[in-house]
Amino acid sequence: MRKYSSHLLYGSFCLLILIAVQENFLNAYLQLIIMFMGVNIILSTSLNLVNGYMGEFSVGHAGFMAVGAYVTSVLNVWLFTSDRVFGPAVLPAGSVIYLFPVTLLMGGIVAALVGLLVAIPSFKTRGDYLAIITLAVNYIVKSAIENIQVIGGARGFMGMRNIVSSMHEVVNVPWVMIWIFAGTGFSVWLIHRFVTSTYGKGIVAVRDDEIAANIMGVNTRRMKMVAFMLSSGLAGIAGGLFAHILGYINPGSFTIMKSTEVMVMVYLGGMGSLSGSVLSAVGFTIILELFRPLQVIKWVAIPLLLILLMLFRPEGLLGHRELTDVFPRLRRIFVPQGKRA
Amino acid sequence: MNIDTLVQNLLNALQWGSFYALIALGYTLVYGVLLLINFAHGDIFMVGAYIGFFLATFLLGQYALALPFSLPPHVIFLVTLLLTMILTAFAGVTLERVAYRPLRRKGVNRLYVVITALMCGLILENGNLALLGANRRNFPQLLDNTVYSLGGVTFSDVKLLVIFATIAVFLLLETIVRKTKLGMAMRAISYDRMAVPLMGIPVDTVIVFTFALGSSMAALAGVLFATAYPVLEPYMGALVGWKAFIAAVIGGIGEIRGAFAGGFLLGFVEIFVAAFFPSTLRDLIAFSILLVFLSIKPTGIFGVARATKI
Repeated sequence: MRKYSSHLLYGSFCLLILIAVQENFLNAYLQLIIMFMGVNIILSTSLNLVNGYMGEFSVGHAGFMAVGAYVTSVLNVWLFTSDRVFGPAVLPAGSVIYLFPVTLLMGGIVAALVGLLVAIPSFKTRGDYLAIITLAVNYIVKSAIENIQVIGGARGFMGMRNIVSSMHEVVNVPWVMIWIFAGTGFSVWLIHRFVTSTYGKGIVAVRDDEIAANIMGVNTRRMKMVAFMLSSGLAGIAGGLFAHILGYINPGSFTIMKSTEVMVMVYLGGMGSLSGSVLSAVGFTIILELFRPLQVIKWVAIPLLLILLMLFRPEGLLGHRELTDVFPRLRRIFVPQGKRA
Repeated sequence: MNIDTLVQNLLNALQWGSFYALIALGYTLVYGVLLLINFAHGDIFMVGAYIGFFLATFLLGQYALALPFSLPPHVIFLVTLLLTMILTAFAGVTLERVAYRPLRRKGVNRLYVVITALMCGLILENGNLALLGANRRNFPQLLDNTVYSLGGVTFSDVKLLVIFATIAVFLLLETIVRKTKLGMAMRAISYDRMAVPLMGIPVDTVIVFTFALGSSMAALAGVLFATAYPVLEPYMGALVGWKAFIAAVIGGIGEIRGAFAGGFLLGFVEIFVAAFFPSTLRDLIAFSILLVFLSIKPTGIFGVARATKI
């Protein structure tokens, strides 16, 4: 029972929200916020893998997100709808409900391959120089998309609304919300499994002392490669989901500004704390919405708030600890007996 | 491409690279001493340009209180330049005092300081937007910007001023860092953070001096930039700042020579890419070159790989 308590809790929470959405208890605005929370959780946990657990300083997470968003969207529009550019639908529109996870994964895989652009230089480069490489990759991706006219260039790409509505035609349930819950659950589960495995220990060893880890027999190259690819792949999945929430994407959504937002979530939650990342992603999304009435002042108030937080609690909300370390009682519910997490 | 166009582009690249070099300097000075990437530096550049704008319009008597005397424009330019450098230096030092020093005292992971710097940059940008509004401002023309033509090559005196000012700054800073006591203290701090206070060197004074120096160079870049491209907007420092940071890293961050070499290199790459290819490809090609370069030489042009003890 304890082993599956977190799965059960998450499952019943999702079910509750889905029922509330289906019965119209939640208005569209609240739904949107919940969906953005999901995407932000994926983004912050996946970036935490590189910036927190591995101790690198990646500042271009939005680039991978852009790759995933575009690949998934273009695949979906090409396969399931008749489009001016891509011609008639290849597959029947109804099959999208089965194949959407596949296209989403494809987006993630391509994003992971782009992640190699960072992973391979990271063998030789560390620290601030690697930060520049991630920054450059973000610019390269954005600039490349702007120059591909087939997918709209700087004007952006749309048509994902039709995908969502053809899902609704088959069975009328909140599909995007379902996929986001699935994606969020999947990525948090995956990262949790990953960091508690021997790979996770290896990555922490790379952070603490790369040379010593190497001597002790940790294959540091492999660790870096896997961490970067997993991180960017999950960012790609988040991007694919993001594109289907909005129904429209343009390269301007994936700038350094977006990367900064994700970075803030990671450091707010604490480096190397998975539950911290989840909490800060949820909290940050709520703060963003609460401050919306302030308009221009919003982007003065939020950074100010963060600076104050840094001054009084410089290690982030949870620091290097997990929620179960801060509240040991939670361990009785979530951690299987006889196991230390 | 004939020789005239080549020389013309070279001159343009030198001017464009000068701005990058001057801003990259601030990154590199602070990094050299504190190992801190001061991401608010691009916005200090913007603050410098705005302070310059207000000073220049004030001295021109364009505000309610007209000055009892009127100065010739080039004197106004010089006065503006000097006052802007001083005021912006204060802005930079304030930033260090308010945001970075408390964190440094706590001895937190330096990445958190970097995030704080990013946030400070956002506050400067958006605070400006909230205070002064989104309308762009035109920097008054203080120098009469004579355009000379030599063969097929045209150049203005502003362009020459920018290039010469940058070279002068380079020589000045090299002297400060290599020859003076303060410069020696700066190098000492970057060499061994622990031993320096034990030797009786006032670390905080040196750090304040570093911030003041970097910020005043950003102010110089800001006023020169506004003279060359007289449109000011709150986000003007963001992209230029990131690119200048990249220039600092290409040169080998922490090295003054590196900031200049990197700035000019980035300027050359951008101008020549725009000359040969459609300008929408500029960022793509410039950053791809950077990526390849850093993969081959991970420490930048002048950077030295530091040996790590196990």
